[in-house]
Amino acid sequence: MIIEFGLYALVLSLATAIVLSVLPAVGAWRGDANLMAVAPVAALGQFVLVTISFGVLMHAHLVSDFSVANVWQNSHSLIPTLYKVSGVWGNHEGSMMLWLFILSLFSALVALFGGNLPASLKANVLAVQGWISAAFILFIVLTSNPFLRIFPPPPEGRDLNPVLQDVGLAIHPPLLYLGYVGFSVCFSFAVAALMEGRIDAAWARWVRPWALAAWTFLTAGIAMGSYWAYYELGWGGWWFWDPVENASFMPWLAGTALLHSALVMEKREALKIWTVLLAILTFSLSLLGTFLVRSGVLTSVHAFASDPSRGVFILAILVIFIGGALTLFALRAGSLTAGGLFAPVSREGALVLNNLILTVSTATVLIGTLYPMALESLTGEKISVGAPFFNLTFGLLMLPLLLAVPFGPLLAWKRADLLGAAQRLFFAVAAGFVIAIAIWYFENGGPVLAVLGIALAFYLMVGALTDLWFRGGFGKVPFSTALRRLAGLPRSAIGTAFAHFGLGVSVLGIIAVSAFQTENVVEMKPGQTVEAGGYVLKFEGMKRGQGPNFTEDRGTFSLTKAGVSVGQISSSKRVYMARQMPTTEAGIRTFGLSQFYVALGDLMPDGGIVVRVWWKPFIICIWFGALIMMAGGFISLSDRRLRVGAPARRAKKVAAPALEAAE
Amino acid sequence: MIRRLAFALFLLLSALPAHAVNPDEVLSDPKLEARAREISSHLRCLVCQNQSIDDSNAELARDLRLLVRERLKAGATDQQVYDYLVSRYGEFVLLRPRLSEHTLLLWGAPAVLAIIGVMALGFFATSRNGRRKAAVLTDEEKARLEAILKE
Repeated sequence: MIIEFGLYALVLSLATAIVLSVLPAVGAWRGDANLMAVAPVAALGQFVLVTISFGVLMHAHLVSDFSVANVWQNSHSLIPTLYKVSGVWGNHEGSMMLWLFILSLFSALVALFGGNLPASLKANVLAVQGWISAAFILFIVLTSNPFLRIFPPPPEGRDLNPVLQDVGLAIHPPLLYLGYVGFSVCFSFAVAALMEGRIDAAWARWVRPWALAAWTFLTAGIAMGSYWAYYELGWGGWWFWDPVENASFMPWLAGTALLHSALVMEKREALKIWTVLLAILTFSLSLLGTFLVRSGVLTSVHAFASDPSRGVFILAILVIFIGGALTLFALRAGSLTAGGLFAPVSREGALVLNNLILTVSTATVLIGTLYPMALESLTGEKISVGAPFFNLTFGLLMLPLLLAVPFGPLLAWKRADLLGAAQRLFFAVAAGFVIAIAIWYFENGGPVLAVLGIALAFYLMVGALTDLWFRGGFGKVPFSTALRRLAGLPRSAIGTAFAHFGLGVSVLGIIAVSAFQTENVVEMKPGQTVEAGGYVLKFEGMKRGQGPNFTEDRGTFSLTKAGVSVGQISSSKRVYMARQMPTTEAGIRTFGLSQFYVALGDLMPDGGIVVRVWWKPFIICIWFGALIMMAGGFISLSDRRLRVGAPARRAKKVAAPALEAAE
Repeated sequence: MIRRLAFALFLLLSALPAHAVNPDEVLSDPKLEARAREISSHLRCLVCQNQSIDDSNAELARDLRLLVRERLKAGATDQQVYDYLVSRYGEFVLLRPRLSEHTLLLWGAPAVLAIIGVMALGFFATSRNGRRKAAVLTDEEKARLEAILKE
């Protein structure tokens, strides 16, 4: 009964979403305040209904109600509770429900915190959110109903895909979707602004917190997914340029561009048309990603989601929303007036460069991802576009961007002094090279390119701090005064420094691990040892074990460095009972920022086992950098000027930006 | 240096070659083996989902790895190995597609887009500046503007 209640709530939410999509828009068009006032009520109502529906599905998974096909296919009575919960979105129907839940959540947040928006803008934004919601609820109800019953109910479930039985599944999809779907708000703001034909700096101020929040969550989601793949898939890689990874990476790149262009628009009223276009494109890429993953046109580790029959429906959603928004853009963009002027060398100019490179990079990833498919359907010729292509093209594109990043915050708005900025960055460049050469020496040499790469990473980090250094006036005024100035800086400036610093940390991890990682693959018998990165791994033996829903062969190893024991590692091969599916569980030990990674291979006829070991220097930096970027996002989000609902007049009182305009 | 020696000693004692995907596949010449690894990372495991043969533990990937090593031992250059694999499995096997009339768009896109982007920027900048100049400013306004810009 409760299951039917869930479906009923879902269908009701569709009705609510349709009301939300029509009445407020009509109200905004006619200037009818009563109709516009429907928007927040409908948005909140829709959120409540979707929450009930999602809660019912989660309840079914928690109590292992196998009369529900979705639970039967993706759960098992014996799996730990955490996986029963995360199993809700570890399948197509459930993940669409999560998508919808988060979309409704964002609509509700706009309804709750959008108090300072002009009434018609708020009504239109919520109406556009309503269109998206209605389309996706329709998609779920018609093609992906998670509440389908089976009779008679099977006694036991078919288990969650073993690869997904990990805490990663509990965290990665919700974070990713908070990012993906969060950009829907930016999209809705863009479409609403185009409908009204009016857009100004205030618009950018309203959009920026949403873009910032979505970007922060997407950063977290991608980093989490990368770390999950790294320890779960067991071959030590952390980014594969898998089409599905690309699908989440493209909105991130475009979203990063959007954050930066919205900054220009907010401060200087320039780049308005471009920012609106980016807001549309970013969410379009989210939709495209959803299409690519859900339709089954791509196969990858996320293949649980594949079902070609649903593809057409999502493709239709894709065409209607992206096509519709771009058409509207083409019709209305001309009526938006251009804003402030600026010299090529200026903060704006730097941000334009950022946007240029990020957009071209996004397009490169997009083309690389879709090219094989397009070529095959046009000519029948099959080609692959894999990691080596992306590493080369994307890497080349990133290089000038990374070089330019520390300059950005040091340049003044409108017209800036490039030479002055370069002089200020001299220390960052020098520090980068000194540290890089030191690391290179301690790693016993390596490719010369690695030195340049690591110098780049430290240049980024020190460069990010350089901005804070000069803004605080360290070295010019007494230390305590400088600290006080630092504390008084707008949070967004500190957030920027964090994000740019984090980028440097990630770059360091990426370069160091590709240049200095050592790998050994050997066949081992108990008592034998293998070396990597100065550590000696000794194989102690294999033991058979039993988990709640799997059996495993667990290899135990002891690790020593220079004869001193530094701990134990175990790595196992599991077979999950319900699906008879083998997985490997890598053994990882962290030493500072580096990791020792052990994965088991095949058992040999003579009783030995293939063991793969890696020493991965600085690899933690890759994800640690992402964490710092996230922290930057949250700090920036806490800036009072961006706080949703904060009155705009407060903006004038923040004195700190005046410091940089001194030149 | 001691580390290197210890490592060499370890290699001798264990009689197991290092740096390979499976110990029994490894070539005795480390230089050749390094080339084999590099080539392997550029070849697609045809039955896998977007994995290189270097990463995959599928049976076919193993066969391809052995094939690559066989060709290298026979004295083939990297290019000859790639050519050989393409002749057997088609362009699909290459994770980094070769430049051809069909992949021109793929390889050219980043550069072309960057150029278009720069040109568009230049176009907008000049056309906007032109428009601004057309807008009539009185001498007094110009002087004030100058003063503001100089600040």
